Order: sequence, then structure tokens, then C-alpha cells
Amino acid sequence: MSEQSGEPPRGAGPHEHAHPDAETYLRVAAALVVLTVLEVGVFYVPAFRPVLVPTLLVLSALKFSLVVLFYMHLKMDSPFFSFLFGAPLLLATGVLVALLFLFFGTLTLRGAAGAG
Amino acid sequence: MKRWITTTDHKRIGLLYFWTAFCFFLVGGLEALLIRLQLAQPNGHLVSAETYNQLFTMHGTTMVFLALMPLSASFFNYIVPLQIGARDVAFPRLNAFSYWVFLLGGLLLNASWLVGPLFHAPHWNVAPNGGWFGYANLTERQFSPGPNIDFWLLGLQILGISSLAAGFNFIVTILNMRAPGMKMLRVPAFSWMTLVTQFLVITAFPVITVGLVFLMFDRFFGTHFYVATAGATPLLWQHLFWLFGHPEVYILILPAMGIVSEVLPTFARKPLFGYTVVVFSGVLIGFMGWGVWSHHMFAVGLGPIADSVFAGTTMLIAVPTGVKIFNWIATLWGGDIRGSTALHFAVGFIAMFIIGGLSGVTHASPPADLQQTDTYYVVAHIHYVLFGGTVLGLFAGIYYWWPKMTGRLLSEPLGKWHFWLTFVGMNLAFFPMHLIGLLGMPRRIYTYTPELGVSALNLVSTVGAFLIAVAILVFLVNVLRTRTHGRPAPNDPWGGATLEWSIPSPPPVYNFSVIPTVASRLPRWKTERHEPMRDPPAVPPAPIHVPPGSWWPLIAALGLPVLALAPLTHTLWLAFLGAAILLVGIYRWAFEPFEV
Amino acid sequence: MTHAAATHHTSMGLDSRKMAFWAFIGSECLLFSSLISTYLVYKGRSVVGPSPHEILNIPFTSVSTFDLLMSSLMMVLALAAVQRGDMKWGKIWLFATALLGLVFLGGQVIEFTEFVHKGLTLQTNLFGCTFFVLTGTHGAHVTVGVLWLLTLWVRALQGKLGPGQALTVEITGLYWHFVDVVWIVIFTVVYLIQ
Ligand code: HEM
Ligand SMILES: [Cu+2]
Repeated sequence: MSEQSGEPPRGAGPHEHAHPDAETYLRVAAALVVLTVLEVGVFYVPAFRPVLVPTLLVLSALKFSLVVLFYMHLKMDSPFFSFLFGAPLLLATGVLVALLFLFFGTLTLRGAAGAG
Repeated sequence: MKRWITTTDHKRIGLLYFWTAFCFFLVGGLEALLIRLQLAQPNGHLVSAETYNQLFTMHGTTMVFLALMPLSASFFNYIVPLQIGARDVAFPRLNAFSYWVFLLGGLLLNASWLVGPLFHAPHWNVAPNGGWFGYANLTERQFSPGPNIDFWLLGLQILGISSLAAGFNFIVTILNMRAPGMKMLRVPAFSWMTLVTQFLVITAFPVITVGLVFLMFDRFFGTHFYVATAGATPLLWQHLFWLFGHPEVYILILPAMGIVSEVLPTFARKPLFGYTVVVFSGVLIGFMGWGVWSHHMFAVGLGPIADSVFAGTTMLIAVPTGVKIFNWIATLWGGDIRGSTALHFAVGFIAMFIIGGLSGVTHASPPADLQQTDTYYVVAHIHYVLFGGTVLGLFAGIYYWWPKMTGRLLSEPLGKWHFWLTFVGMNLAFFPMHLIGLLGMPRRIYTYTPELGVSALNLVSTVGAFLIAVAILVFLVNVLRTRTHGRPAPNDPWGGATLEWSIPSPPPVYNFSVIPTVASRLPRWKTERHEPMRDPPAVPPAPIHVPPGSWWPLIAALGLPVLALAPLTHTLWLAFLGAAILLVGIYRWAFEPFEV
Repeated sequence: MTHAAATHHTSMGLDSRKMAFWAFIGSECLLFSSLISTYLVYKGRSVVGPSPHEILNIPFTSVSTFDLLMSSLMMVLALAAVQRGDMKWGKIWLFATALLGLVFLGGQVIEFTEFVHKGLTLQTNLFGCTFFVLTGTHGAHVTVGVLWLLTLWVRALQGKLGPGQALTVEITGLYWHFVDVVWIVIFTVVYLIQ
């Protein structure tokens, strides 16, 4: 993606409104750290065994969203960028879920071992 | 010469795409003729079984990746910026890069016909031989020890980079470079279909890239992604390939649908019927195209639920396709029709595509498909949609835009000959394949016995193929004649509604002397509410900056085949050399002064 | 309000490079989802060991994860500094981002070496194949990011990167954060959900 990397300046000046300040960035970082500690914590606490997978997925989705919304500015940037990212992300997730179903799910009516 | 090599002008790049892709089209066509000669009679022995495998693999791969996709790309390049009123694409150098990568990837793939001795093979040809979908685990080193599959997987990875780069470029171009006033629902249908196509490209190509990378690791680094004895399943390849493969068939057809949606209104002198519906059904096809891939895998036994789901989605996707067909027919209905060659091809497209779509629906049903899959019936389907659809659509575009691209009009009488020979030839060549398949002749088999009872049908098919070849010769004669004898084209030989017809043929480097302001979807036509626009003046009122060329896209592109040669020849330093060339190219490109 | 409006006219009022880059990131989503899907559908299908829970070192990788998260923080701070025209801190944060990226890569080298010593190579079993190709692809992305960041840093040292190039820094940041986001998913799906 070199076309993007270093073309001559187009004079895009500072854009105060569009981006959060350092304080928000720090708060988000703190949240990310807390969530990561939670993730690892949950992993080690036996009591969480039965709900481990959903808990971890939720925590990781939260981290994902924080970075994408604040560090990648999707929250305040043009909604069109959210579409450019969101639509393929939706496809990507759909593909992942569909493949899991096809290989393991009852969709095959043949159980986990059968798909091969 | 240097001006062409360093060019970043979308029009020149469009012409480069056109001629390169057309040469590959001829190569793929020669391969097809050899296939048909071999099958003209039972127990044929023109080529060996091994060479036959290489012929059908390279025929499919060439036609899909080196002929039809880049022929569409030639129109994306030449026409889209003109249709949306831009001076160039958003990233002109990235555009040049796409072209060079395509050329080099195509040459690498085809080099496999000639380099056998370098790989200690007993013959010249070590071309890919695993089918255009390269099913694992046949493609594993254990079963395909030669360099054949290596050429295929490396070549396709390189071509993927070209398509991806072009994809980002055209998405941004169409969204961001429109002339003032050209709202999205004023964008011409062809440019719209290009946009949808590019979204399919940027989402589908990463998937096949991953599949190819796995295959590469299996073949070169001893991994087991498709090795059943290690617990893996070759089904993974089939899923990854068809996850890409089905969107890919829409990548091949949507541009042709776009072309037809331009040609019909012009020659019926009527706006496209239900423009918005045509556009949105294109978008819908793009989305739904992601949900049907397993219809290529009914025979592997995914189980009744999966089969039913994919049968359902496949039948559903025929709906927006059918919607478009009705819109095209309604566009012609009651129109003031001029039977130009372009219109002949466009109407031929509709008719042939209907047949192809219908056979598609017949194998959307798993029980029916079990009878059809891997037989010539599927070959008939793909040729009605890809030849009857894409190729006829592309020829409609060629006759329509040739005057714009070259400044001369192709001969109409020769064009009609070209059309009718093609039309009769393709039906002779491909219709019998339905019967051949239903009678039980499998695909990808180098010969058959007389007892199968398909000899006469096969001979007819071969005759049809040669008729198509004659038609292509007529086209080439037409092209050559036109260079010297063709009628010079005015700005607008057809009375077109879109912006490309408002400027000279061929357009000046800067395209528009003044960027037009668009007030209607058919800016050059008189509608109830709008007068036709005034064409831009012949002489620009103010000097126009035109970007200079650049060497670096070509140089960066050169790094890729060098990188690919490293595994092919088992030479490590080539990998470093290739990476170095690529890096130098990219850095120099990024930091050279280049004002768009 | 939109950045590019003041500079280049575009139909959507959005900068073209940034738009292309978001499309690129969208495309990368499918690349990584194909890799992750493969890891998941092959999970538990290896016919020989070692298997994930015998090999994966959660404390070590948690530190790497923390490291990459912090590099994302450095990156946004770098962007904020460049946007304010504070190139002194811009340089520092850019360099810090690259450095944390290098630390992550170093961690990956240590991790891979350790796995190889414990008997898990690319060729050992399906877990090895899918794990190394997935995390290796991610590592390759980090490597590109580090090179990119260092390039910006050198440009800044040369005085060729200032507030006028804030958009370039922002796009670099998009890439860097995306690579981080992918790691967030990998950390959960590969390491924690065993
Ligand atoms: C109404 C729309 C369509 C339907 C329902 C449909 C359905 C199908 C199905 C079910 C197959 C798998 C057959 C088998 O292998 O047993 C197939 C194969 C194929 N279709 Fe279509 N199709 C449609 C339109 C198209 C279009 C528009 C194209 C391309 C322009 C296309 C290109 C192909 C190709 C290339 C194959 C063969 C792949 C291979 O096995 O080599 N189809 N189609
Ligand atoms: Cu399909």
C-alpha cells in the first residue's frame, strides 16, 4: 500500500474537531489494560470454566471495538469509513461462522467427525 | 516507447490492458482449439493425456485471469474516469503498477509452456495441469511433483496483487472523483457495476490468496494443510477456492452486464428501464454472491441441511439476475432501435445469458446436480455464461467504445459478420455440450470411446469452435482495416447520453478541458426536466496540469516475479533480490515528487 | 470538518488515500478471517502432539499483548503530537511505537524458538501448520508496520515530516491499530480459548 505511505503533503492541516485528545486516548488505554487483565484473569479462574468462551469473546469484542472506535477514530470519522470496514468485517465473520458450521455444526447432520 | 512504459495515463493503461489481454485471449483460444481437435473424434491422439491436462487447465486459467478479467479492466481504465468526469483515476501510479503486475504474472504463468528443460522435464511443456480450480490434494507435491502447479500457484498470487491494487484504486476513483453534481444515482450503470465488481475483488481475492499460500507451504515447506493423513481435509481447499470462486464468476459477469446496460439505451434511444433497480440488483447480486459457494460442492456430501441451504440461496440469486434481464428487455421495448454491431452483441448477450442462467438453475438443485456435476453439462453452463455472457458483452463494449478509444469506427458490415459467425459458432460449440454431458461424458477427460455415443455431437462442437475462430479472424481483419481505412470518429458517433461522448475521440490527455457539472443522469440527452449539457470547449480555457510518468510502478512490479522465481528454482538469493527490488521501487515511488 | 475538504476536492469530501486505506483494511479482514477459520476448523484434528495447551505460554503472551496495546497508545499520542505540530514529542512517540513493535517481534521470535525446542514446528502437525502460518502472517504485518514507522521517524528527524503530513501519520496509525486489533482476536481465539 505504498501509494498511501508517503505522497507529498496535501496540506491536510490539524483537525481538532475530528480527533479526541490525549486524555481520551489514555482512558481508552486504561480500559484496554483492564480488559486484558480481566481476560487473563478469567482464563485462570476455574469458576469461569462453563462460561469461559462467551466471556472471552465478549471481552475481546469490547477491546476490538474500543481500538476501532477511538484509536482508529471510527466513532467521530465519516460513517462511510465504518461502512468500508464494517461490510467486509461482516462478511469475514459470516464466512468464519459458516465454515465452523460446515465443519462442526449440526448443519452437516453428521457430527463433528463427519465433515472430513 | 518510454512514454508508454512510464505512463500513468488511465487511457494508455487501458489500451495496454486491452492489447495484452487480447493476446492472452488468443492464446487461450488456441488452447481451446487444440482441446476441441483432440475431442473431435473418439480415441483422439493429437495430444497426450498429460498435455491435454495442461491445455484445459491453462485454457481456463488464461481465459478467467488473463483474458476476461483484464479485458474488463481495460474498460474500467479507459471508460470509467471518462464516464464520471475525471481527469484520471485516484492513484495513477498504482494503476500502472496493477498493469505491470498483471503482465508479468501472465508471462510467468505462460512461461511454463516452454521451460521444461530447465526443470529436467523430458518435454518443453510443464504448464499447470490441475484444472483451473486446482483441487487439493491432487495439487500436493506427492501427486504433482513437477513445477507445473508451482507456476500456477505463484502466478495466481501475483495476479491477485494486481487485481487487489486495481480494486482499491477504482473503488476510490468511482466514489471520490465524480464530477460535481454526479450523485451516486447519476453514475452510469457501467461505472456502478465496476464499483460492485471491485468490492467483490477486494473481498474475494484475499480468500484465494490464503488458500494458495497454504498450498505453497504444503508444496515447499512440508506443511499439511491439505494432507489427509495428517488429519487435514482437502475440503478446506474447496471451501476456500469456491468462497473466492463464486464471487469471481460475478466479477466476470457484472462488468459485461454494465456494458450491456450502456449499449442498449444508446441504440434504443431510451433511458435504461428501471436504472435504480438495475443498480440495486447489481449490488444485491454482489452480496448474495457470497452466500452460495457450496453449490460447487454438492457432490462431496455436505449433508442434507447444508445442501438445502445452498440450493436455496443459489435459486434466490437467480431472482436479481432475472430482474436485470427483464429490465434490459424492457429497455428495448418500444425503443427507436438502430441495429448496430454493438447492439447485436448486447442482444446476443441477453439471449445467451438466459440460457446459461437457466442451466445454472438446473444445477442449483442438488439431486439434479449430482447427475450433471463434472460432466460436459457444466461445461455448457459455464460457456453460455462466460462466452455467451461475458465475451459477447465485452465485444458489445469493444464495438461501442472502439471509436472513443482509437478515434476510428470499426466497420459495421464486418462487425455483423463477426457477430453472426460468433453467434452461430458458439451455439454449435456449446449447445451440444448439454447433451454430451447428460449422455454421460465427464469433463477433463482427454478422450472417449465411440460406444458412449457422443462422437457426432463432439464433432459438431469442434466445428463450432472453429467457426468462433473464424469470427475472431474477421474481427482482427476489421481491426487492421480500421487502422487505415476506418471512418474517423466524431466526439459522439452514437448519440450517447454519458460524459465520455462529450469529448474528442480519442480524448486529449487531460480528458475534459473543463470538468463538467452534471445535472441529470443522462447529461447529454434532453429529458423532461433537463436540456442536454453543453460539451466542454475544444480548447482548455486554462492550462491543465498533467502528471508526468513514473518508472517506479514498473520497477516495484518487477520485484514480484523475481520473488516468485525463488521457490520455483529453489534459489534463496532471488528472494532477497526480489524483495529488495520491490522495496526500492516502493520507496522511490513513495518519495518521488508526483503531483496528481 | 472533514479533513480533505480544505485541500483536494473529492466527491465525498473524504481523503482518497484514507478511503483507499479503509478499503484495504476491509480486504485484510477477509485475509485474517480465512486464516483464523482454518485454525479453528483444524482445531483438534492433529493426529500427533503437541497440542495447544501443552505449548502455549499464556503469561508470556499476555505481556506481548500488553506491549502491543501500549504501542497503539503511543501511536495515537504520536498522531496527536504531530497534529498539534509538536514534532519533538511526535518523534518520541513514533519511535516508541516502533520500539514496542520490535519488542513484540522479539517476543514472537523467542516464542517460536521455544516451541521448536518443545517439538512444535511448522511441519509437526496441523496445529503447527495453522498456528505458525496465522501468527507468522500477523508477525509479517507487524514487521511492515515497524518499517513504516521507522521510515516516518527518519523523515521526522530529517525535518520532512510535520503537521502537513498528519494524514500520513494517521494512515500509518490505521494500519498499526488494525494489526493490533487482529492480535486482540488472535490472543483470544488462539491463546485463551484452548
Ligand atoms: C442464475 C445464475 C447462476 C446459477 C444458479 C449458477 C449455478 C451454478 C452451479 C450450481 C454450478 C455448479 C455446477 C457443478 O459443478 O456441478 C455452477 C458452475 C459454474 N458457474 Fe454458474 N450459475 C449461475 C450463473 C453463473 C454466471 C453468471 C457465471 C459466470 C459468468 C457462472 C459461472 C460458472 C462457472 C465458471 C462454473 C463452473 C466452475 C467449475 O466447476 O469449473 N455461473 N453454476
Ligand atoms: Cu457458483
